[in-house]
Amino acid sequence: MQGRNIFATRWGIIGVGAVIGILAPLLQKLGNPGNMGICVACFERDIAGALGLHRAAVVQYMRPEIIGFVIGSLIAAYLFKEYRPRVGSAPIVRFVLGVFAMIGALVFLGCPWRAVLRLAGGDGNAILGVLGLTFGIWIGTLFLKNGYNLGRTQATHAAVGWMLPLIMVGFLALMLVFPQIKDQPSSGVLFYSVKGPGAMHAPLLLALVAGLAIGFLAQRSRFCTMGAIRDTVLFGQTHLLSGFVTLVGVAFVTNLVLGQFNAGFTGQPVAHTLHVWNFAGMALAGLAFALAGGCPGRQLFLAGEGDGDAAVFVMGMIVGAGIAHNFGLASSPQGVGPHGIAAVVIGMLACLFIGFTMRKKSA
Amino acid sequence: MPTTVDARGLSCPQPVIMTLNEIKNGNDKEIVVLVDTDTSRENVTRAAQSQGCRIGEVTPEGEGYRIAITKG
Repeated sequence: MQGRNIFATRWGIIGVGAVIGILAPLLQKLGNPGNMGICVACFERDIAGALGLHRAAVVQYMRPEIIGFVIGSLIAAYLFKEYRPRVGSAPIVRFVLGVFAMIGALVFLGCPWRAVLRLAGGDGNAILGVLGLTFGIWIGTLFLKNGYNLGRTQATHAAVGWMLPLIMVGFLALMLVFPQIKDQPSSGVLFYSVKGPGAMHAPLLLALVAGLAIGFLAQRSRFCTMGAIRDTVLFGQTHLLSGFVTLVGVAFVTNLVLGQFNAGFTGQPVAHTLHVWNFAGMALAGLAFALAGGCPGRQLFLAGEGDGDAAVFVMGMIVGAGIAHNFGLASSPQGVGPHGIAAVVIGMLACLFIGFTMRKKSA
Repeated sequence: MPTTVDARGLSCPQPVIMTLNEIKNGNDKEIVVLVDTDTSRENVTRAAQSQGCRIGEVTPEGEGYRIAITKG
């Protein structure tokens, strides 16, 4: 039995939100794309690109932050004896939710983390994204109130929980074996963007260390952007929300200090101004996150502490990014992709089907 | 015998929903909640306290914890 976990207190979660609020804009200063110091969806999409799962040449880079998130969480979980290998709560449903969460996020151009970082950088379009996110999560809470759940997990072999962390170590190894070569679109088996957001990145070591630190802190504090909104709507509980709001406030101030704040709707980095689709994309993502029980960051941290189902959700997001770019579903600064709108509609229908058909039976 | 809420193996926010349902709708003053992760232990404890309940003993049980709650 552990002593009191200070990170799980109100000040703990606020502190973690503040750290992320400083680190994210700093990572942007160090080279990450605009208002994208950290974006779990975008970075997993870049990883899909680095692996060649899609061939959108401007978004291919093996993001060390994501690797750090998982490994940092694994380290914290082992250090504090919280590593609990578990699996078996409808993994295929979690995979599908991951796919559609990614598609929704790429219609908006960001996950909840980036939505608020865009806000903190002055991007007004993010307001629609945050509203959409909240709407999607609200729909999710209606399902939760009516008994929606994906069933129980089972305890399993320790090594089952190592799978995603080991995959991440493998990704890092690939990056070291096939390092980026200046102005070359590939190195060995990996793709590297030479222009666009994929070409913008903080130095590998700094990105990895920042990712490890955030992964560690987020595992301890249970930081979750979706949970922040869900708990407020569902229980009126603002514990997680206080961390999320702190992130926005601190990132805003850090952006001001670093000269990265630029208010407006047009000409924002890696963003489009189609309000309806900013809202709808994030509504789809929010619903999928709510049904899967965690934001994309939280899924990485859960995977790090042994949750094999969260790992399946992560793989769903990476595959979803491949689909999103191969099928022309992802947006760009020019607007939504040719089939993005159809994908949002299909994704919503899929999530509603899951929400309506998967209830009770937990006893 | 207190009412037992078995929330083991359920992911967020199910353990909290089940606990709050029992606090609001159950007849027993004493409730025992079984959870299998530290996150659930913290969440259930926090939610019960927000309802004015008193948290009794929290003991390790199997892979998780047994949380004793007394309604306020």
